[in-house]
Amino acid sequence: MFETVVRALSEGFLKTLELFGLTLLGSLPLGLVIAFGSMSRFKPLQKAVRALVWVVRGTPLMLQLLVVYYGPGLLFGQNIWGGGTSGRWIAAVSAFVLNYACYFSEIYRGGIEAIPKGQWEAGQVLGLKKRQIFFHIILLQVIKRILAPISNEVITLVKDTSLARVILVYEIIWESQSFIRSDGLIWPLFFTGLYYLAFTGLLTLLFGYLEKKLQFFRV
Amino acid sequence: MAFLEIKSLKKQYGSVLALDGISFGVEQGSCLAIIGSSGGGKTTLLRCLNFLERPDEGQIYLNGALLYDAADGKKLKDEALRQKRLHFGLVFQNFNLFPQYTALENVSLALRLTKAAPPEEIRKKSISLLERVGLGQRLDSYPHMLSGGQQQRVAIARALAAEPDVLCFDEPTSALDPELTGEVLKTIRALREQHITMVIVTHEIAFAREVADRVLFIDEGSIVEQGDARQVIDSPQQERTRSFLGSFQVR
Ligand SMILES: Nc1ncnc2c1ncn2[C@@H]1O[C@H](COP(=O)(O)OP(=O)(O)OP(=O)(O)O)[C@@H](O)[C@H]1O
Ligand SMILES: [Mg+2]
Repeated sequence: MFETVVRALSEGFLKTLELFGLTLLGSLPLGLVIAFGSMSRFKPLQKAVRALVWVVRGTPLMLQLLVVYYGPGLLFGQNIWGGGTSGRWIAAVSAFVLNYACYFSEIYRGGIEAIPKGQWEAGQVLGLKKRQIFFHIILLQVIKRILAPISNEVITLVKDTSLARVILVYEIIWESQSFIRSDGLIWPLFFTGLYYLAFTGLLTLLFGYLEKKLQFFRV
Repeated sequence: MAFLEIKSLKKQYGSVLALDGISFGVEQGSCLAIIGSSGGGKTTLLRCLNFLERPDEGQIYLNGALLYDAADGKKLKDEALRQKRLHFGLVFQNFNLFPQYTALENVSLALRLTKAAPPEEIRKKSISLLERVGLGQRLDSYPHMLSGGQQQRVAIARALAAEPDVLCFDEPTSALDPELTGEVLKTIRALREQHITMVIVTHEIAFAREVADRVLFIDEGSIVEQGDARQVIDSPQQERTRSFLGSFQVR
């Protein structure tokens, strides 16, 4: 039995990891785009982006998953995600990416705004373009400043992935609950905690390493 | 017309008239010192010269040609402004070195990004600039490992790397402990000997008198008095200049 459970849980955890990885892959860069939108000098864009961020950060992710998956169908009478497992999967990843991008965008914005104006100006008087200044001068300083809040979000994401089960993404918690339904076994559910702990432990080490790597300069 | 000629420059921030029609000229290879009390508009003037601000009115001529006319300044794209900026350099009061780059990288960064020359050449040039400001031994030091005076000298080398036509300094020693101002002033003095065209905002009156050819006294956005550095500082003609300079004598 133990082996069966571990095999099922590991399979579920693979899905968890996949969701985690794809969410970061999408939301880390998308967050930067949203951050630029929320700092845009073009007011209508700035207002629209900030409103979006407010809505996404102001409502539960669980609700967003349901709205993203069922909403289009209710509105247009047609499921835009396609049927079955893959449709639910794409909807889940999309909702997670959007949600986390909004959180990251606020962290980015805080980090970018905290960089002294003098850094931009020093780049400008050397004749550099805005893009060059951002990517070669500002960005690394921002990363160093926001590493701690980003690591918090990333670790929260590991645990948030379990919400995807509300639209039947078969991640690790869903898998463990199936043992309650079929065999009346509760311990597989508790056992999932070990997977989460191992992974968040690994991430904690990784972020500690990155922090050390960036210790060669001060901001 | 002088090498750099400023004509009735005006800059307003909201209701504050920071520059109220400033005109002056700087000859090639000469040094102009700008003095004046706090809030007089000195920083604003340098920021206008480096196009960090767009003047509301006035013109800037360089080498006989119109470089900037405020009349079409508002329409100028960032890129056009960037091109104009290349003629000027600015050394900031608080250095603004890039913390994640070593002294050498700070000096070479802009040249590398603009691919001004082959990497090896850029490296050589940057090293020689750092040697010129007396930091040949600190090429690989990060800014936080350097004293304020050393950081400011790196900033000077960095500004020189771009080979601006006019190098501006905004109170280059104001953020430094008194015992560190000497080394920075010495560096600027050496540039003077190499006939780099310079505009220096400073509160070091004795230094201005010694190093500058001409001096400009600015108060409340206007030039109160200008002329030969020694003449103006030793025997100011205007009452306001006299009382400003008088406040330094007590020290
Ligand atoms: N970005 C800004 N927004 C609003 N007002 C400004 C701005 N920059 C400068 N000013 C105002 O313009 C005037 C001139 O300021 P500026 O910094 O040029 O003076 P300064 O001569 O450099 O003074 P200091 O010797 O203290 O450095 C001041 O009244 C100042 O408050
Ligand atoms: Mg100033």
